[in-house]
Amino acid sequence: MSGLRIFFIGGAIAYRGLFNWLSPWIFVPTFLVAPIFQILLFVYIGRSAHVRSDSFYVVGNALQYAAIPCVFAMSNTIAGERFQKTLGYILATPAGRLPLFLGRSLPVIVNGIFVSAFAFAVGGAIVGIHVPASAVGSLALVIAVCAASCTGLGLFSAALGLRVRETATLNNIVFGLLLVFCGTNVPLDELPGWMSFASQGMPLTHGIEAARRLAGGQSLGTVGGLIGAEALVGGAYGLLGFGLLRFMEWQSRRLATLETA
Amino acid sequence: MNSARLLLLGWALHFKMLSRSSFNSVLAVIYPGFFATVAFFLYREGNPHALLYASLGASVMGIWGATSTAAGGALQRERWHGTLELLVASPAHFSLVMLPVTLAMSTIGIYSMAATLAWGRIVFGVSLHIAHPLSFCLAVVVTVVAIGMCGFLLAVAFVRYRTAWALGNLLEYPVWLICGFLVPLSLFPGWVRPISWLLAPTWGMRAIREAAIGGSSLPDVGVCAGIGAAYTLIGVLVLGRLLHAARERATLALT
Repeated sequence: MSGLRIFFIGGAIAYRGLFNWLSPWIFVPTFLVAPIFQILLFVYIGRSAHVRSDSFYVVGNALQYAAIPCVFAMSNTIAGERFQKTLGYILATPAGRLPLFLGRSLPVIVNGIFVSAFAFAVGGAIVGIHVPASAVGSLALVIAVCAASCTGLGLFSAALGLRVRETATLNNIVFGLLLVFCGTNVPLDELPGWMSFASQGMPLTHGIEAARRLAGGQSLGTVGGLIGAEALVGGAYGLLGFGLLRFMEWQSRRLATLETA
Repeated sequence: MNSARLLLLGWALHFKMLSRSSFNSVLAVIYPGFFATVAFFLYREGNPHALLYASLGASVMGIWGATSTAAGGALQRERWHGTLELLVASPAHFSLVMLPVTLAMSTIGIYSMAATLAWGRIVFGVSLHIAHPLSFCLAVVVTVVAIGMCGFLLAVAFVRYRTAWALGNLLEYPVWLICGFLVPLSLFPGWVRPISWLLAPTWGMRAIREAAIGGSSLPDVGVCAGIGAAYTLIGVLVLGRLLHAARERATLALT
């Protein structure tokens, strides 16, 4: 029961307290307006370069933008403890680490889903793409899996944030890598082989592909493998991130290096 | 003479400070590079003849990218550092203190410009033959200064917002989109073009391209410089009103 309370209530409080981007003055420009312009930027570059349909860029960029709320929020809600000088107190508590850290990911995932779905709906409406009504539910599932997967990466980034001083720089670089590698705007077969290979181990790659196929009219059953792969990659990053957090905690106790960055 | 000295020293000081910040220098160079890389891939696949166009456009994106978010939050940063009141109270006009800050930010963008052009050359084989090197350099300098002046206007316009960086960040994509960096203006609906004409980067971008391909860049340089000067003038006037209001109501600190 205590674990559940820490997971749900503690996670929500930490999220609200440490992720200050929830202010409307940040939330609206960063999470609602910026993804629309990112979509428009690549739609128009695509039109100018005479490659692919508008739908390709709407799907890719709407899903990829989940990386902003998920990676940044996860990083802020864990590494932010260090900046608030509360990390020591958190790690001194007997609370289970799994609900303590993973509980913070739940609101992050919900926000990621909202941002991605909003960008998809509004960006798609502005550009005028058609998505079959039967695909809406399946697309919602893919968006949710992508948001969860990005949050797994965010947990890994958050763990690094306990050692890296400039988390904003780190997270922006993560966002940029996802933009280039994951087939967001350039199909994987147009990328050099090593980039295409590396993208298989990155969140969003499989989810974006699955969403494109669903938007193209394929059924959920035909993209089940892609969704499973996306969940697997996200889960692997989540596990890696949690393990790294525990390692950082153990090492900081051993070497007294909790606040070294 | 004192004003010129203040501008020059302020610019040099802030340029050195920004160069030491990973967010404002390293990221300012790398981040537009991600977008440039995607653009290179797309143009190479669909329209290889436009790669030089894309390379020049992507390089100027970095100048704006280095300025918009940082300039939006410039005054808030002084607030956090506790220096805003001291700077406002100093005998020099506050615009002479703030303008070098945003000019230094746009100057950092030259790193990004050089890095993007080199990236395009090395990785994508985009060779850059500049027809008029002197005109090209003049166009780059005027564009950097005009974007810095635009940043100054943003900085003072957002003085009342605690989260001004987010508003500055918001303007990054729209300017990249409608100033003709990577997309010709002719592709946009008619109502977008008058907006882009009011933006100095549009003319700076045109001047840089014209100088590179051998056209006449001076008219565009002149318009870019004129719009930049207008931004500064508006910024100084707005700043005067805002500082007067802040003094009258004791709201400078926004506490």
